[in-house]
Amino acid sequence: MSVQTSVHQDLHGPELLHHFADPQQQRNAVSLGMWIFLATEVMFFGGLFCAYLIYRGWFFGDFAAASKSINAALGGTNTAVLICSSLTVVLAIWAAQTSRRMLLIAMLVLTMIFGLAFLGIKGIEYRDKFEEHHVPGASFSFDHEPIPGHPGQYANPQHAQIFFALYFIMTGLHALHMIVGLGLFTWLLVMAWKGRFTPAYHTPLEIGGLYWHFVDIVWIYLFPLLYLIDRHP
Amino acid sequence: MSMAIANAIVQPVEREDYLNKEHGIGSWLFTTDHKRIALLYLISITIFFFIGGFFALLIRLELLTPAGDLVQADTYNKLFTQHGMVMVFFFLIPSIPAVLGNFLVPMMIGAKDLAFPRVNLLSWYLYIIGAIMMLHCMLTGGVDTGWTFYTPFSTAFTNTKIVEAGLAIFVAGFSSILTGLNFVVTIHRMRAPGMTWSRLPLFIWAHYATSVIQILGTPVIAITIVLVAAERALHLGIFDPRLGGDPLLFQHLFWFYSHPAVYIMILPSMGIISEIIACFSRKRIFGYHFVALSSMAIAVFGFIVWAHHMFVAGISLYAALVFSLLSYSVAVPSAVKVFNWTATLYKGSIHYDAPMLYAFGFLGLFTIGGLTGLFLAALGIDVHVTDTYFVVAHFHYIMVGGALMAYLGGMHFWWPKISGRLYPEGWARLAALIVFIGFNLTFFPQFILGYVGMPRRYYQYPAEFQVLNVLSTAGATVLGVGYLLPMIYFLWSMRYGKRAPDNPWQAAGLEWKTQSPPTTFNFEEEPVVTWEAYNYDEIDAGQKQEVKVVG
Repeated sequence: MSVQTSVHQDLHGPELLHHFADPQQQRNAVSLGMWIFLATEVMFFGGLFCAYLIYRGWFFGDFAAASKSINAALGGTNTAVLICSSLTVVLAIWAAQTSRRMLLIAMLVLTMIFGLAFLGIKGIEYRDKFEEHHVPGASFSFDHEPIPGHPGQYANPQHAQIFFALYFIMTGLHALHMIVGLGLFTWLLVMAWKGRFTPAYHTPLEIGGLYWHFVDIVWIYLFPLLYLIDRHP
Repeated sequence: MSMAIANAIVQPVEREDYLNKEHGIGSWLFTTDHKRIALLYLISITIFFFIGGFFALLIRLELLTPAGDLVQADTYNKLFTQHGMVMVFFFLIPSIPAVLGNFLVPMMIGAKDLAFPRVNLLSWYLYIIGAIMMLHCMLTGGVDTGWTFYTPFSTAFTNTKIVEAGLAIFVAGFSSILTGLNFVVTIHRMRAPGMTWSRLPLFIWAHYATSVIQILGTPVIAITIVLVAAERALHLGIFDPRLGGDPLLFQHLFWFYSHPAVYIMILPSMGIISEIIACFSRKRIFGYHFVALSSMAIAVFGFIVWAHHMFVAGISLYAALVFSLLSYSVAVPSAVKVFNWTATLYKGSIHYDAPMLYAFGFLGLFTIGGLTGLFLAALGIDVHVTDTYFVVAHFHYIMVGGALMAYLGGMHFWWPKISGRLYPEGWARLAALIVFIGFNLTFFPQFILGYVGMPRRYYQYPAEFQVLNVLSTAGATVLGVGYLLPMIYFLWSMRYGKRAPDNPWQAAGLEWKTQSPPTTFNFEEEPVVTWEAYNYDEIDAGQKQEVKVVG
């Protein structure tokens, strides 16, 4: 009885759903699906990058002044944290491919710790901005902030507010993607704990990894665009 | 005893199919069968079609007389806004892909289901969540900006429910993305052995092109809605010129999706028309590869013409020139299609069944809609007719005369497969005729109205425009009858219609090799394709031989 059940599960488990001809077809379909999803994500962030680049071109001095007020050291730390997390994701997949279950679990936990560290640092940045009245809205103020490289000129607060609006929306949506990623990795961790991943079947790890790398890459573009405008030591 | 045997012979054995396999509301709400999800979509979008139609009826009633007497100006603004939002986002965009595409894409390529059945169900739930939000928004006040949400009116001035309507469209947008994603993966990875790219039905090519637009275009309107909502809630100034922002940027982002969205509506229609014309003229489609690739060309060109909606909005003259030229380029693949369909008809053995009548209607109306699109792409004429009824007539010829006619044609063509019943042919031909007459009576006068200067979006007008407006309202009534009829006899046929054979039209295509209605996994065994698409010469030759043998 139990043997029969397990045979049935082999045929129709998550490795091979009923409507696929063979596991290879299923793997190809799932990974193509994830790549297409990432294409929609590129377009989603693309609209924001487009808006950002237009206003950065128009109000360059104001954007440079506003950019100088955000903490590049924290942003740089976060960049390093995310790059490390991408490494641990790759190591996790390698661990699954080589049947190292404890290493797999350790790498997934490390990835999530890096992800939480990123969000924590981001929270500190947001708190600083809040205390400096740089959050767009009624209590926003950005008066007499000098434009870098142009002594005696001050940034237009309205244009700086557009910078901060885009800063919060872009980093906020990115942080939201990080939170979704943490949820995804919690699920992967549970699956790994139960020993569901084998060298033959670890597609969820691969697509989860693709998502995580994508979110990292968005940050790799956000960091220089938002933090490093015309920054002189 | 002998009676019992006779009964057993006379009564056909009830075959198991996707409709009668499981019963109960749960078997529908938790289904992952692409055919059942298609029917869930069919019911949902039909409800929204009649809601949108109700708004249209009120608009036409208000415009029956020159004075603004039926509703107040504010109410009129809400009526045309809700008409547009409901029809565009909750009927036309999901219509053909989510209903007929969902039902047919796996069957046409010989697959058991879409690649991601649960994602498919998720897309329907997202649609329903968006739809309920939109219904709630309409019932508690609605929106008055027009379906285009232009800023800064939408972000800084109007007091209507912009954020809620925006979120409804945001959620429904993800349903559209997931449908497109599912189709692309399915078409790439799930084709039966022998189903090569050049053997795919043109319906599949059209849906492939549509899916590309859904995948790449929809996220841009999603982020635009996020920006509008954030700007409205927090007074950010990204699109507000008083705060240094640029309202034109909103229009660029909005039309980057919303122009290609028109091709989300028309491309699947073109796929249907290819199927119908080939079947009812009993010929292989003329220039198969050109028709297939013109779908892709429309999808690509569709992404680089958006600013022709903004010629008078303040874009630079040089940008306007470039976008005008690019807009003309869309006419090339569109004309390739129309000419190839016409060439297919040439010397074909043409049958005038109801689906074919809709296809003929499509050919004429789409051509008029397309050609008037060229008028609007020409800068000089566009300046004259911008924001007039000429524009309204133009896009209704495409969206209603084109997309909706093809949707109805497709519903008739595949109804025997979907329901397992035949619809009443006489009534169907009558309905097709009524729709065609009603449509032209409604919208042709609007071309003239627009050309002589009646602006759109006003609830009153000078008395000299009344005759044409009365014609238009009369036409809308006829059109309404034409749309109610199919719904009535489709419902009637589900109970009283004759049982449909597996292939009532002797049509080519794998979907007709399944039983009617199909079983849950569509095919008993995986089909192997050894023939080209639209091999009507072989099908008809085979039948002639059979007759000879019998005779």
